Amino acid sequence: MIKIAQLSCGNDYSGIQKEIEKAAETVGAKIVFPDVDIDFDDAIEDFGFDPVSPGLKLMVARAKALADKSFEADAVFIATCFRCAEGALIRNELRRYLQKHTKLPVVMYSFTENTQASVLLTRMEALVTIVKRKDLLGRERQVGITMGLDSGSATTKAVIMQDNKIVGKYWSPTTTVMESAEKVVAEALKEAKMDLKDIESIGTTGYGRYILGQHYKAKLVQEELTVNSKGAVFLADKQKGEATILDIGGMDNKAITVMDGIPDSFTMGGICAGASGRFLETTAKRLGIEIGEFGGMAAKGELHKVPMNSYCTVFGIQGLVSALAEGYSKEDVAAAACRSVAEQIYQQQLQEIDVRFPVIQVGGTSLLKGLVRAVGDILKTEPVVPQNSQFIGAVGGALLCSGFI
Amino acid sequence: MKIFIYPPNSMILQDLVERFGHTPLALAKEIDRRVNDPELDSPPMNITEIDVKVGLKYAAIEVPSGVRGRLALFGPLIDEAEAAIIVNDFPSTFGCMACARTNELTIYLIKQKKVPTLELEYPTNEEEVEDFIARIKNFLEGLK
Repeated sequence: MIKIAQLSCGNDYSGIQKEIEKAAETVGAKIVFPDVDIDFDDAIEDFGFDPVSPGLKLMVARAKALADKSFEADAVFIATCFRCAEGALIRNELRRYLQKHTKLPVVMYSFTENTQASVLLTRMEALVTIVKRKDLLGRERQVGITMGLDSGSATTKAVIMQDNKIVGKYWSPTTTVMESAEKVVAEALKEAKMDLKDIESIGTTGYGRYILGQHYKAKLVQEELTVNSKGAVFLADKQKGEATILDIGGMDNKAITVMDGIPDSFTMGGICAGASGRFLETTAKRLGIEIGEFGGMAAKGELHKVPMNSYCTVFGIQGLVSALAEGYSKEDVAAAACRSVAEQIYQQQLQEIDVRFPVIQVGGTSLLKGLVRAVGDILKTEPVVPQNSQFIGAVGGALLCSGFI
Repeated sequence: MKIFIYPPNSMILQDLVERFGHTPLALAKEIDRRVNDPELDSPPMNITEIDVKVGLKYAAIEVPSGVRGRLALFGPLIDEAEAAIIVNDFPSTFGCMACARTNELTIYLIKQKKVPTLELEYPTNEEEVEDFIARIKNFLEGLK
């Protein structure tokens, strides 16, 4: 059984320990606590950061036990209370310390009393995948002829790769898992001028991965956190070092922080349409243009010209319509809509992770130039948008499953 | 009288208060009650999401859940307190709440209550230990 070492503060008093253990058990892992001496002085001196809270000192001592290999574990889960500044500092510095001194995969989380096992499940699953498929995840080059299938809730994507290059790709809105997959597979094969029998290995990801995995006899069936991360850093040619992968989806958003292409933290939002691509789609409709044109139009407008009083899809868009009536240009209104989405993602989601550079923007919305500019403006960086950025999951699948050839 | 002790899980302070005829408002009894509850919903200490919301009486919603969860346990003890003994600069072996922000808030709340309070430094040698115990004894015996 995979042993996940828990380094945490505040979990017992937040009433969430049972949720952490339940999530770990669900993915076949066990939570363990590194044994340490009550005297933390040596560990604190070695670490170089002396927090005031004893609970955080204990976390440092436990991290040192892992670094010294005086306690054996397969992976590390670091968690502290949401909104605790001291906890956030220690959480992130311990992550760096462990990544420097050990080869253990690390996943972080900042919890509230509402944290449920289901929220932690993807993180625990990713940890277990990283442990079990460590060698596979180290793969940086695709070989042979492989196909990646990403069965998402909104769209289904297929990518065929040959000798580290994309030779066929296709995407389609998801209707039923199988029908959509059959369609994108057929089109991608057509572009690649191949038959299904030519494919040496298939990898599936996304929520429909199990059904597709069974149907296509996939050699790799893997959750999207690790697969998307590999796909994104591969396409962006940022396979070494730190990065943040930002995927603003039509329905939900993901921000994943990675080290050498391996994820260590992520945040997912899906509560508010105002912080998603759907807000931009609705704005485009009100402006009477296609979403394809919207990105370019927004890129021509001024980001900060139109005042926005609400991020809400109903009230915010009403404000944008009023701005048009007041004489603002369509370009400026489109730019304001992009700013609105970027601001809300920054305020609601990116506060939960430590944003690392470069920021790699992926997914369908990364094709909207105005949104990429708005994200860059708010993060004070120029996001990297790799070619085929909407295919990261499928590319990650094709890349990783080539390890089974 | 009911005496709130700080740190709330100090077995030494709890014992001293009992020896001098008062009732310690200590965390151990509260934890004992919880972990022996036949309905152990949330191990290890049986603190649930509802308890953490009880902590809202003592700390605002933006305060981390770990602080509110701790206050949910000993906030009611502070409410009951008729006197208090506070020890400063103690090692973890004497008592530990693990969270510096909780410590600050707890001391603030007990001081706000304006009950008779004895504040002491943790003793570091034998002479200081004797003085430490003598002062606690005098304080407790002087309470009516």
